[in-house]
Amino acid sequence: MSYDAGQFDVIVVGAGHAGAEAALAAARMGCETLLLTINLDMVAFMPCNPSIGGPAKGHVVREIDALGGEMGRNIDKTFIQMRMLNTGKGPAVHALRAQADKFLYQHTLKQTIEETPGLTLRQGMVEELIVEDGACTGVITKTGAVYRGRAVVVTTGTYLRGKVIMGELIYESGPNNQQPSIKLSECLRGLGFELARFKTGTPPRVHGDTIDFDKTEIQPGDPQPKFFSYETEFSDNEQLPCWLTYTTEQTHQIINDNLHRAPMFSGAIEGTGPRYCPSIEDKIVRFADKPKHQIFLEPEGKNTSEYYVQGLSTSMPEDVQLDILRSIPGMEKVEMMRTGYAIEYDAVVPTQLWPTLETKRVPGLFTAGQINGTSGYEEAAGQGIIAGINAARKVLGKEPVIIDRSQGYIGVMIDDLVTKGTNDPYRLLTSRAEYRLLLRHDNADMRLTPIGHEIGLISEARYERFLQKKDLVEQEVKRLKAERVRPEDENAQAMLAEGGSSPLSQVIDALSLLRRPELSYAQVERVCPSPLPLTEEMKEQVEIQIKYAGYIEKQLIQVERMGKMEKKKIPDDIEYQDVHNLSSESRQKLSEIRPLSIGQASRIAGVTPADISILLVYLEHYNRVVAARG
Amino acid sequence: MLQDTIAAISTAVGEGGIALIRVSGPDAVKTVHQLFRTKADIRTAPSHTVHYGHIFDPRSGEKIEEVLVTIMIGPRSFTAEDVVEISTHGGVISVKKVLDLVLQQEGVRLAEPGEFTRRAFVNGRIDLAQAEAVMDLIRSKSDKAFSIALKQVDGKLSRLIRELRQTVIELLAHIEVNIDYPEHDVEEMTNLYIKEQCFPLIEEIQRLLKTASEGKILREGITTVIVGRPNVGKSSLLNALAQDNRAIVTDIPGTTRDVIEEFVTVGGIPLKLLDTAGLRETADVVERIGVERSRGALQEADLILLVLNQAEPLHEDERELMESLHGRQVVVIMNKTDLPGQLDPEEISRLVPSAALVKMSVLQEQGQEQLEKAISELFFSGQLETTDHTYVSNARHIALLKQAMQSLEDAVDATESGIPIDIIQIDVRTAWERLGEILGDSAGDSLIDQIFSQFCLGK
Repeated sequence: MSYDAGQFDVIVVGAGHAGAEAALAAARMGCETLLLTINLDMVAFMPCNPSIGGPAKGHVVREIDALGGEMGRNIDKTFIQMRMLNTGKGPAVHALRAQADKFLYQHTLKQTIEETPGLTLRQGMVEELIVEDGACTGVITKTGAVYRGRAVVVTTGTYLRGKVIMGELIYESGPNNQQPSIKLSECLRGLGFELARFKTGTPPRVHGDTIDFDKTEIQPGDPQPKFFSYETEFSDNEQLPCWLTYTTEQTHQIINDNLHRAPMFSGAIEGTGPRYCPSIEDKIVRFADKPKHQIFLEPEGKNTSEYYVQGLSTSMPEDVQLDILRSIPGMEKVEMMRTGYAIEYDAVVPTQLWPTLETKRVPGLFTAGQINGTSGYEEAAGQGIIAGINAARKVLGKEPVIIDRSQGYIGVMIDDLVTKGTNDPYRLLTSRAEYRLLLRHDNADMRLTPIGHEIGLISEARYERFLQKKDLVEQEVKRLKAERVRPEDENAQAMLAEGGSSPLSQVIDALSLLRRPELSYAQVERVCPSPLPLTEEMKEQVEIQIKYAGYIEKQLIQVERMGKMEKKKIPDDIEYQDVHNLSSESRQKLSEIRPLSIGQASRIAGVTPADISILLVYLEHYNRVVAARG
Repeated sequence: MLQDTIAAISTAVGEGGIALIRVSGPDAVKTVHQLFRTKADIRTAPSHTVHYGHIFDPRSGEKIEEVLVTIMIGPRSFTAEDVVEISTHGGVISVKKVLDLVLQQEGVRLAEPGEFTRRAFVNGRIDLAQAEAVMDLIRSKSDKAFSIALKQVDGKLSRLIRELRQTVIELLAHIEVNIDYPEHDVEEMTNLYIKEQCFPLIEEIQRLLKTASEGKILREGITTVIVGRPNVGKSSLLNALAQDNRAIVTDIPGTTRDVIEEFVTVGGIPLKLLDTAGLRETADVVERIGVERSRGALQEADLILLVLNQAEPLHEDERELMESLHGRQVVVIMNKTDLPGQLDPEEISRLVPSAALVKMSVLQEQGQEQLEKAISELFFSGQLETTDHTYVSNARHIALLKQAMQSLEDAVDATESGIPIDIIQIDVRTAWERLGEILGDSAGDSLIDQIFSQFCLGK
């Protein structure tokens, strides 16, 4: 019943946030790319919160943009609120967060996909992967279409053997009542993949006209919005506020009274849920002494009355959900439009992947996004672009791209996943990064745009602009170092007095002045204005580089040390059974993970420094023997 | 760990007249330069030169040890890296002090077992045929080091460090949750709050470090001398202490006196008794107190046990001796309480105000408990009985504790200069990691676990 439906370079299964980035990257790198999705109306759909960004997640969006991906541009086009978070903290953790018009978001991205040359978007449910001589060479859909490809990227999100749970009601389903993908899960198991069962959930949606906003606190966007993409310069998007309210004693009472009906506690849910976004029933049981919990009401778009009830993720029965909602100030008379639910799904244990996101078991097969055990649109998109890039590089016969932990949160995330695995859905946090000060929101372009350019995802024109920015920032730092400020300068003394900084008694360079914690670039600039055509963004760069130079330097030294370990490659034909004296735990872990470098090996749980020492000696031995053989 | 700078004592501990500390890695010369005062600047000195000078504590300026420093610039060295070797006088204490200082310098850590050899091998200095032997060496040395390390971190110390770490990680989690969940309703993390949290931690580490010197005493014994006129009961006291406490006797062959030092334990406190051979010479009729032969021992001792016969009035020699003991740690033992007393304790206290008085009858085995109590009170200000003392004695632990404390002090400084919390976090995190290294715990994901168990976060 099957038929030959065409030949592609790269096939992407699933058009969520991971699939969309993967397909766009591969097509833009010159590969004939096919993007398959169960339902064309669900491209880049946001099944949970209508927002993008925040700490670490927002950093990833910037990184995707710096590499030439789409998420940043797309949210800049479709946001209905933009806020910079953490502005009272250091520059490394400033984080942009947008509320999206979720419908506009997906339609805009779908259109971008449709307009991308070399990219074919098609509806179809993939049920089987074609594996020949151990390698993945295509897919077969439910309708019998056989697509041949040289690399396949699977991004199934929460669809893989998805099961929705709402109180006593349990049924097979993808998110938002979509068709689940059952056969593909069986196929992956048949290929020998170890699958995990994870769970996530979403809160109910309510009708905005039935909310009494007077009883809530307004949370407006920033008056001067910043943007995710380095390409966005201007937006006249109208901003909508979010609203803050709290659960009450009554809410907690309702939940406690109905715990016997909660699938979380009745044993109906077997999947492991994320620790960082527990359901409301989970929160009330685990943190019983907390009298109230925050609830944010977030608009889902401009042309809808639906509101997302952030903080109320739940799998309680529908009637209990309504009672819960109505116990919250501002929602006494609320109408529930969609019921919250928990969803269980299959994920591939991510230690079965190389850091390129290609599976070790089946060459040519890549996985990205929630299937790899993560959670969140940004995490999915970050993996998606890397899987897309590496699928394309493989087809093009080029070296894969691996983002180092010191280069980006994307690198931190992928390294964590493939080296340590994850016991619950993995969410990025800034605290997962050991070089947080280097992985800033502001410098994603400095870190990754050269890579984006090299692989062909960043245009020449944009790269030119980037180089110019880099150059101007460097020039300005040099200028500040050379510029002298004198004690006779009344203007300068006045500025210092105003800024609460001690007066000058001798000549000082402007750079040292800027190092004073209490002074900003804007203040120093008043005393010695720059002749260079600097944008606000460049000034921010200069300020950060100078102000935090000491700390940045410390982290750079650590990176350099670790870098030597990362550069020490482990040949892929190494047999750990032959390495004498490794502890048996290390031997087993190393054989399973097959780290690419000593650096990666050292991060595997259970591999001790002594094992690394032994491995180093073995590698030296190995290399000398290989060299001797010529 | 590939090319950072490492240091270790590379001569067997306690053997030989000199001890050698080897420092290897890119910062080897710089590191030693920071501690070493000599004529020439060793940073510009040619390779394979030896320099005479002194090791100083760069913080206090205190002179630590007279040394010879040998510079070998890579690749012409054992490890093929820059290597500096510091030769100190033998003796555990001075060499450890120097190593402590080296390890407190930034970017230097204690070499792992077999690491010099491994580096030599990886850098091509050792023949291929020996690869297996090198791996064997690393395994056996590290297994041994591991079991030693386990013994060194005793239960009490590890419990204390764990508690310290728990406080630090709660602080860290609190900082992190402010960063990663900026809109969450948890207490806002301010610089003042961080500072207030850091102070007690710093104090606790300081307290632990103070015990380091006491820990050394515990390990090596308090240098003690027993003095007294003939026939007051010195030998009996020695015998009593030695027998009752199963003394470890060091035999030094080749001397006319069989024994010159003995180790005994009194109330859990080890004493190293000096010049015990002299005490055993029963035929020494012309023995005089506190002069000539015993003078050396008296000078050296940390603790002086002066034995008096309380059945006799105070002798002029004894009075003279006591006056010379001002300010020393002295226990005056009024022996022979089985006989009628002739001594006035008040007079003794006048003569040596710092002395503790103990009435004993060594012969009838009375008063030993009071002696034990007096000794422990002298050395631990009486705290030994009432508080739970934990001793830090290992050079590595001391270095790590000092680094942890330094990081917390840096954090406090940073809070005062208005540095943002996410940057202060770097220092706090370093403190946490250093404390973890003492226990051999790696960072892992425990911070993430802590965040989610401490705070109620959700979507």
